[in-house]
Amino acid sequence: MEPQTLSPTAGLKQPAFGETARRDLWWVQPVAVFFGLSAALAYLNWAAFQNAHYVFGNYLSPLYSPEVFGESPHAWFGPKPGWWPAWMPFSPAFLILWAPAGFRMTCYYYRGAYYKSFWADPPACGVGEPRKSYWGERSLPLILQNSHRFFLYCALLFLVFLSQDVWKALWFEDPVSHKTTFGIGVGTLVLALNLVLLSGYTLGCHSFRHLVGGNLDCLSCAPARLGAYRCSSFFNSRHMLWAWISLVGVTFADVYVRLCSMGVWTDWRII
Amino acid sequence: MPKVPFRIWRGAAGGGEFREYATEITEGMVVLDAVHQIQAESANDMAVRWNCKAGKCGSCSAEINGRPRLMCMTRMTDLPPGETVTIQPMKAFPILKDLVTDVSWNYDVKKRIKPFKPRPPDAADGTWRIAQADVDRVQEFRKCIECFLCQDVCHVLRDHHLHDQFIGPRFLVYTAALEMHPLDVEDRLADLKDAHGIGYCNITKCCTKVCPEHITITDNAIIPLKERVADRFFDPIRRLFRFLFGRSA
Ligand code: SF4
Ligand code: SF4
Ligand code: FES
Ligand code: FES
Repeated sequence: MEPQTLSPTAGLKQPAFGETARRDLWWVQPVAVFFGLSAALAYLNWAAFQNAHYVFGNYLSPLYSPEVFGESPHAWFGPKPGWWPAWMPFSPAFLILWAPAGFRMTCYYYRGAYYKSFWADPPACGVGEPRKSYWGERSLPLILQNSHRFFLYCALLFLVFLSQDVWKALWFEDPVSHKTTFGIGVGTLVLALNLVLLSGYTLGCHSFRHLVGGNLDCLSCAPARLGAYRCSSFFNSRHMLWAWISLVGVTFADVYVRLCSMGVWTDWRII
Repeated sequence: MPKVPFRIWRGAAGGGEFREYATEITEGMVVLDAVHQIQAESANDMAVRWNCKAGKCGSCSAEINGRPRLMCMTRMTDLPPGETVTIQPMKAFPILKDLVTDVSWNYDVKKRIKPFKPRPPDAADGTWRIAQADVDRVQEFRKCIECFLCQDVCHVLRDHHLHDQFIGPRFLVYTAALEMHPLDVEDRLADLKDAHGIGYCNITKCCTKVCPEHITITDNAIIPLKERVADRFFDPIRRLFRFLFGRSA
């Protein structure tokens, strides 16, 4: 007798929105991600619009780095350019934030997380969805997520700029003699920690892992790339963790510089 | 010993319902033991597929309290004590009877994937040489027991029934094992993008969470394949290089 074979979707019904037999608290994680990302987004947007208190002496907030045009001594090419339309608000952050924002928006981890939390696609594993149609990342607009690698190239460049900022944060100018001396303040450590966290996040990026070695079938044919691949895989295996702690780290670094600049916090010198 | 209540889906392709059962649970029992006991005590005609009872044949897949799991690897003590245990057949495949679904679509999908095609042998005796480091990566994918739990939980199949356009996580793992194999010279990237629908996966990682073999399906198989597809089809810089310097660039 021939085995009985049905059409692959015979009798299948789409579960209703929220329908599930799960008994655990499946909604906790998506709700937590929703509030966590919303809070970060709200603060970072607010901070980007401020165009003030982003510098404290030799510290530059990572949200404003590199400062291409701006009022502070950290600016590469001096103050706001003349061609900037008068009706448009200006902040040095606007010129550069698109890159890290795009990097995170197209990050494989964040994608999976916000598709669930913000778009309920699905709300959680094994829980029914609100919509009938589905295109995934196969057609516009989400096919554009494939641009992630280009944001990665920017992010790698930003690590260089942030390293320069940490270097600058090691040199303090004496207010009286104007002599610059080596030193370490709590702010130096905050900026250095931010760099470490962002590096852990960027080096574990799936596109980076692919670029350094993942695209090869014979990894042993290129020992240096095998080493880089293993290193990237190490960070990649905890990519979600790095994504979150680096987001908190960069937010805190801005808060730190801002509150020092506003005179609310005192920056303690360690050395 | 008190009896534990169960709700088990009973029916066939045309429809069915949950029926209530209760059975005594003793130390060390897994859900499959309880189902067999219910079958023996009060539901002789209940269909359940199983084979090894050791988590290796992939036959006893079902949904226990809404989570796709192997019945033989789910200990009764892992479930919330004192609560009714709900058992349903997998939702992404047509029902044959009770807890048994028709998973034959998966075997058809496998036939559509271009098979292993090794390069010419390295040695005169017709053998090949490969380094351990190069097989390490694909070794993980070979642990698959074809339980199809990942296919069941994947919303592209489970909710949207795109079986004709998307091969599902199990077969993305299978393709990754072939595509990343150091000896294989076949090219499956165009298939992955079009006929096999890798773009439907929105990397929500439900497949990884249910895999009883703990294969890192999304991070180690699907995303690296997405990156390879992007290399070929979505990277204008690489396209330019290929145009200028030929295919190998
Ligand atoms: S990660 Fe992709 S393949 Fe896995 S369950 Fe989610 S959509 Fe399906
Ligand atoms: S990948 Fe894991 S969940 Fe999917 S069929 Fe194989 S063993 Fe089962
Ligand atoms: S995958 Fe997360 S940063 Fe690239
Ligand atoms: S019976 Fe073989 S995996 Fe459960």
